[in-house]
Amino acid sequence: MPDTQHTTVPGASEAPSTPRTGKISKRRIEHFVAPLEETPLQAVDSVREDSEPLGFWAESWRNLRRQPLFIVSSVLIVLVILVAAFPQWFTSVDPRSCPLEFARMGPQPGHPLGFTYQGCDIFARVIYGAQSSVVVGLFTTIGVVLIGGVMGALAGYYGGWLDAVLARLGDIFFALPLILGAIVIMQLPAFRESRSVWTVVMTLVIFGWPQVARITRGAVIEARNADYVTAARSLGLSKFGALVRHVLPNSLAPVIVVASISLGTYIVAEATLSFLGIGLPASVVSWGNDISSAQISVRNDPHILFWPALALSITVLSFIMLGDALRDALDPKSRKA
Amino acid sequence: MLMYMLRRLLQMLPVFFGATLLVYFLVFATPGDPIAALSGGKPMSPNVEAALRAQYNLDQPFWIQYGLYLKNLLTLDLGVSFSGQPVADELARAFPVTARLAVLALVFETVFGVLFGLIAGLRRGRFFDSSVLVLSLVVIAVPTFVLGFIFQYVFGVELGWARPTVGSGAPWGDLIMPGVVLGLVSFAYVLRLTRTSVAENMNADFVRTATAKGLSRSRVVRVHILRNSLIPVVTFLGADLGMLMGGAIVTEGVFNIPGVGSLLFDAILKGETPTVVAVVSVLVLVFVLANLLVDLLYALLDPRIRYA
Repeated sequence: MPDTQHTTVPGASEAPSTPRTGKISKRRIEHFVAPLEETPLQAVDSVREDSEPLGFWAESWRNLRRQPLFIVSSVLIVLVILVAAFPQWFTSVDPRSCPLEFARMGPQPGHPLGFTYQGCDIFARVIYGAQSSVVVGLFTTIGVVLIGGVMGALAGYYGGWLDAVLARLGDIFFALPLILGAIVIMQLPAFRESRSVWTVVMTLVIFGWPQVARITRGAVIEARNADYVTAARSLGLSKFGALVRHVLPNSLAPVIVVASISLGTYIVAEATLSFLGIGLPASVVSWGNDISSAQISVRNDPHILFWPALALSITVLSFIMLGDALRDALDPKSRKA
Repeated sequence: MLMYMLRRLLQMLPVFFGATLLVYFLVFATPGDPIAALSGGKPMSPNVEAALRAQYNLDQPFWIQYGLYLKNLLTLDLGVSFSGQPVADELARAFPVTARLAVLALVFETVFGVLFGLIAGLRRGRFFDSSVLVLSLVVIAVPTFVLGFIFQYVFGVELGWARPTVGSGAPWGDLIMPGVVLGLVSFAYVLRLTRTSVAENMNADFVRTATAKGLSRSRVVRVHILRNSLIPVVTFLGADLGMLMGGAIVTEGVFNIPGVGSLLFDAILKGETPTVVAVVSVLVLVFVLANLLVDLLYALLDPRIRYA
């Protein structure tokens, strides 16, 4: 094209070549916009037709892989889970052998972090302590997501009196903050005598589910009126079938985010209960117990408290960071930005 | 507005009754006899046991027990602790201390959380924003009691800026450091909430209109962005009171503050179930009332809520 300002439309340029009768305008049609072939718009609009479109989860996964926050946190989480599952791979020292002659000693060969007030090896205790924190966090999250998810989905999907009853029930549990409620239960004689990882998990689930129920309810309400649900219903899918097949999968994203962040807070809650002396029994090797027993000598030997606290904080931090990264990847609103 | 207040008050009632019933049910209907625990597991003479059962109304049917417990709670007749003091008196002594601590924590988290969140939200993606975000994640991840020990050690023992433990009478000056520790986690949440909300409102149409009609930037930020961003923060502060009450138990333990938290903590250690129930019930009452207040404040901030 020699002159961009006076180009003609394709049909018009051929018109003079054919013989015509009557008055034919020789005027070329003026265009004040650059032709499509010369603008960068084509590159933007081009669609590779041979490539398969990515689904929601595949696209989220692609977004997630690019985030440094996700890479750092997932590496840390894998490491913590490995330590929790196979502590014997990381240390050969028995965390329960505590010779008093080593009490409060600094680092020695083979004992890189020194010894506690009781003479236990700090490194071994930090390694073996991962297990109870991970188990409490993981199983509490599973329980909370199951109970809260079912309650929230039913309330949000069916609405009406069921919603009203479940919402009030959630409000009642909400009025009892997590730690306060856990204190009431864990100090009961029945729980005091049979304290274990599972009683802690149970307590945290009892007071943790309303939060997940609220989030699920909101997400389900948003999804239940979507066009694809109406379409599936009009194609003959039962009401419950539509909930399971279409509404639930489309309300999962916010629940996953909250579950990941909550996992971190449950680990903190377990440590807090253990610190108050009503969490895990003292015989269980856990970070919360170690921090709790280190407080008597915190003025003189802060390192005894420092290492389990550091391990706990890094674990919690990586779950919260994972939740943050998931939130960014799963939120379609932030995706286009 | 009056209708809204009435509706909220009515909604509060089932929550209050439900929550107290829940606490009462958990304590007195679960396996394990609280009276047997009172004697430390040793056998008791039947007369003493019967007297104790009558004292805690355990000889009555469950619903009457619960009714009597509610009546006692509302008339602040909270029973007698092991040391022979009325629990209500102990609570009256401890409550002002915890209230001071909570006020300091709330002021700290609101002022600094909103300020830092506003700056971070206005400069999204810049250095200040990312460093404050990382800092807030770290603060959330470190448990309150560890933060307490760190502050106590660094500022109290090493630097000597504050007294590591609180003196008798718990004066305001001594409570500043514990208050900051108590408010730190919520500070991180307030900061993140304000930041997200500010960043969202910056792209809102009404902000563009305000800028387009020639308002100064400071007025746009103050009146249009900040005010609209405060709504979720106010909601959070209501729920946060519950977190503060849980945190107060830990903070008061670390800094040796004679507040409601340590009262509860001591009662737990001694196994004084009735005292624990009484204190927790009062805290639940405070929490429910505070949330009612927040809801009313919320309606003042955002007139749309009243008609919803």
